[in-house]
Amino acid sequence: MSAALLDARLVVDRGTFRLDVPLRVAPGEVVALLGPNGAGKTTALRALAGLHPLTSGHVTLGGVDLDRPASRGWVPTERRPIGVVFQDYLLFPHLSALDNVAFGPRRHGVDRRAARATARDWLDRVGLAGHAHRRPRQLSGGQAQRVALARALAVAPSLLLLDEPLAALDARTRLDTRAELHRHLSAHPGATVLVTHDPLDALALADRLVIVEGGRVVQEGDGPSVTARPRTDYVARLVGLNLYRGRAEDHGVRVAPELTLTVAERLDGEAFVAFRPAAVALHPSRPDGSPRNTWAGTVAGVQRHGDNVRVQVDGPIGVAADVTPAAAAQLRLIPGQRIWVAVKASETHAYPATG
Amino acid sequence: MSRVLDTAAPRRRGRVPAALLIPAGLGLLFLVLPLAGLVVRAPWTTLPQRLTEPGALTALRLSVQTATLATVLCLLLGVPLAWLLARVEFPGRRLVRALVTVPLVLPPVVGGVALLLVFGRRGLLGGWLDATFGVTLPFTTAGVVLAESFVAMPFLVIAVEGALRAADHRYEEAAATLGADRWTTFTHVTLPLVGPGLAAGAVLCWARALGEFGATITFAGNYPGRTQTMPLAVYLALETDLESAIVLSLVLLAVSVGILVALRDRWMAGP
Repeated sequence: MSAALLDARLVVDRGTFRLDVPLRVAPGEVVALLGPNGAGKTTALRALAGLHPLTSGHVTLGGVDLDRPASRGWVPTERRPIGVVFQDYLLFPHLSALDNVAFGPRRHGVDRRAARATARDWLDRVGLAGHAHRRPRQLSGGQAQRVALARALAVAPSLLLLDEPLAALDARTRLDTRAELHRHLSAHPGATVLVTHDPLDALALADRLVIVEGGRVVQEGDGPSVTARPRTDYVARLVGLNLYRGRAEDHGVRVAPELTLTVAERLDGEAFVAFRPAAVALHPSRPDGSPRNTWAGTVAGVQRHGDNVRVQVDGPIGVAADVTPAAAAQLRLIPGQRIWVAVKASETHAYPATG
Repeated sequence: MSRVLDTAAPRRRGRVPAALLIPAGLGLLFLVLPLAGLVVRAPWTTLPQRLTEPGALTALRLSVQTATLATVLCLLLGVPLAWLLARVEFPGRRLVRALVTVPLVLPPVVGGVALLLVFGRRGLLGGWLDATFGVTLPFTTAGVVLAESFVAMPFLVIAVEGALRAADHRYEEAAATLGADRWTTFTHVTLPLVGPGLAAGAVLCWARALGEFGATITFAGNYPGRTQTMPLAVYLALETDLESAIVLSLVLLAVSVGILVALRDRWMAGP
C-alpha cells in the first residue's frame, strides 16, 4: 500500500457511546465503512468532514492536521479540501442543477463564468448535460444522486465522503447508479470513504472494507478475504455463513462444551469455523457412516430462502441449513421437532481468530 | 348484509349539537357584523372625493411610508435576531426569546411611554442623542417609525425564527462542505430557504405597523403630515366628521383583506 493520503484515528465520545476507528486511505483508494445501523459510521463520516469535532485522535489529510484535539488543531468544514455526498443528497432546492454544482467552485474563488463551465463539464460527465436548468424537485432519485456526486467532485476534493450513497434509490435505479458510481469513484484521484450498511454496495464500490460494530473496527480487508473469513456474526450474516468461534486442537475445534467440529485445516488455539448453510444436511434420525460432525437439535424456524428452504436449528450451536423444498417436505419440518444435523469436514473452513 | 351496512353507514356522525352551533354562529356574527356595518354605512357616493381630500391622502401616504420604513428596520434587525435565536446555542436564549415577545402582549400605550422614557429629550438615550448628534425622535416622523417597529418587530422575529427552525439545517452543513463560510451560507442558502416565511413575516409586520395606534400617539403625537398616520386620523375624524372616519377605516379594512388574500395559502390553508 502506498503512503496514506488520509490518516485518521476517529475518537468521538457521545454519552455512553464511544467511537474509536483508525482509518488510513491511500490516494485513489476507496474504503467502505460497513456496519449495522448505530455502529457509528455516520459519526465517523461527520468527524472527517468537520461537522462533528473529535474527542481525541486526529484527522490528517495530505500531511495537514484537520482535527487534532491534543494540540488544538482544527480546520473548519468550509476550509477542508473535501466533497460530501449526503444520504438524501441535500441539493439546494432553490438552485438549478447547474448552480448546485457551480456552488462549490464559486465558494472556492472561481468567477461565475468559470464555475458554470466547470459545473457544465461535470454534469456532462455524469450524463446530465441536458438537465442543467432543472430544479432538484424536477429530477428523479438517480439523477439527483448524480448531481450530488458532480457537486461534491466539482471542487476536486482530496477526500471524497459518501454517506449511504445508494440507500435512497429503488432497486432498479440502484443497480445502474451503482455501476456508474463505481466508474466515477475509480476515476477519483483522491481518497474516498463511503459509509454503507449494504454489503453489496460496499463490495461493488470499495477496494477495502472496514467493518464497524459498536464504534469499533471488527474486521478489515478486501472483499474476498472479508467474505471468505468473517470474524463476527454481523459479517457472517452479511455474507450468509454459519460462523463459530472455539478452541482448536489439531483437526478439531471445540465450539460448544459438548461439541467439537472436525475441520479440514490443522490449527491450534482460538479459531473460527465457517460453513455455508447449503453444506448442512438434515436427517430425521442419527445418520450412519461418513459425516463426523453430527449432533441433535430442534427445529426453531423454517423460511423460504431463494429457491430453497432455510431451516434454523437450535442445539449445542445454532445453525442455519438450506434444504430443497422436496427435502423439507419429506422431513416434515415443524418448529420444535427433533432433528439430526450433519456437516462434512471438507465443507468447513477454519482459520485462526488472532491476526 | 353488506348492502345494509353500506346504506346504514352514517355519512355524518349525527346532528351538530345546538349548544355548539348557536354560540358558533353568534361568534361569527360578532366578528363580521361590525365590518359589514362599516361597509353599509360608507358614503359610497362621496367616496372618491373624500378619499382624495388632502388630509386623507397625506395620512395614507405617511402611513405607507412609515410602515414600510419600519418593516425595513425590522428586517435589518429582526432577521439576524431570529437567526441567532434559531441557530446559536447561548446561555439565556430562552430568556431572550421571552423578552422579544414582550411587545406582543404589552399594551402599545405602555410601549409608547417606555419609548419616551428612553428616547425622549430627557430619556436615557434621547438626551445623549440630542446632545451628540442633535437628533430628537419623539414627535417626529422618525419617532413614528420607531414606535411602529417596536410593536411590529416581534411578529417578524417569531415568523422568521419559526421558518428557520422548520428549515432543514443540514443544507447549511452541505454548504459548509462546499466551502461556504457562515455568512455566505446565510445569504446564499439559509435566506432563500426561508424566503416564503420571511415574506410572510414581513407582510405581517407591515400590516401591524400600518395599524399601530397606541405607541405612535404616545411617543410621536398626532401632527398632521408629520406623525398623523391613518389610525390616528380615523380617531381624530371620529370626533369631527363621522363619514370621514368611515372612509379612512374602509381603506384600512381593504388593506387588511388584501393582505389576507395575499397570504391565504400560508395562513388560511385548512385541512
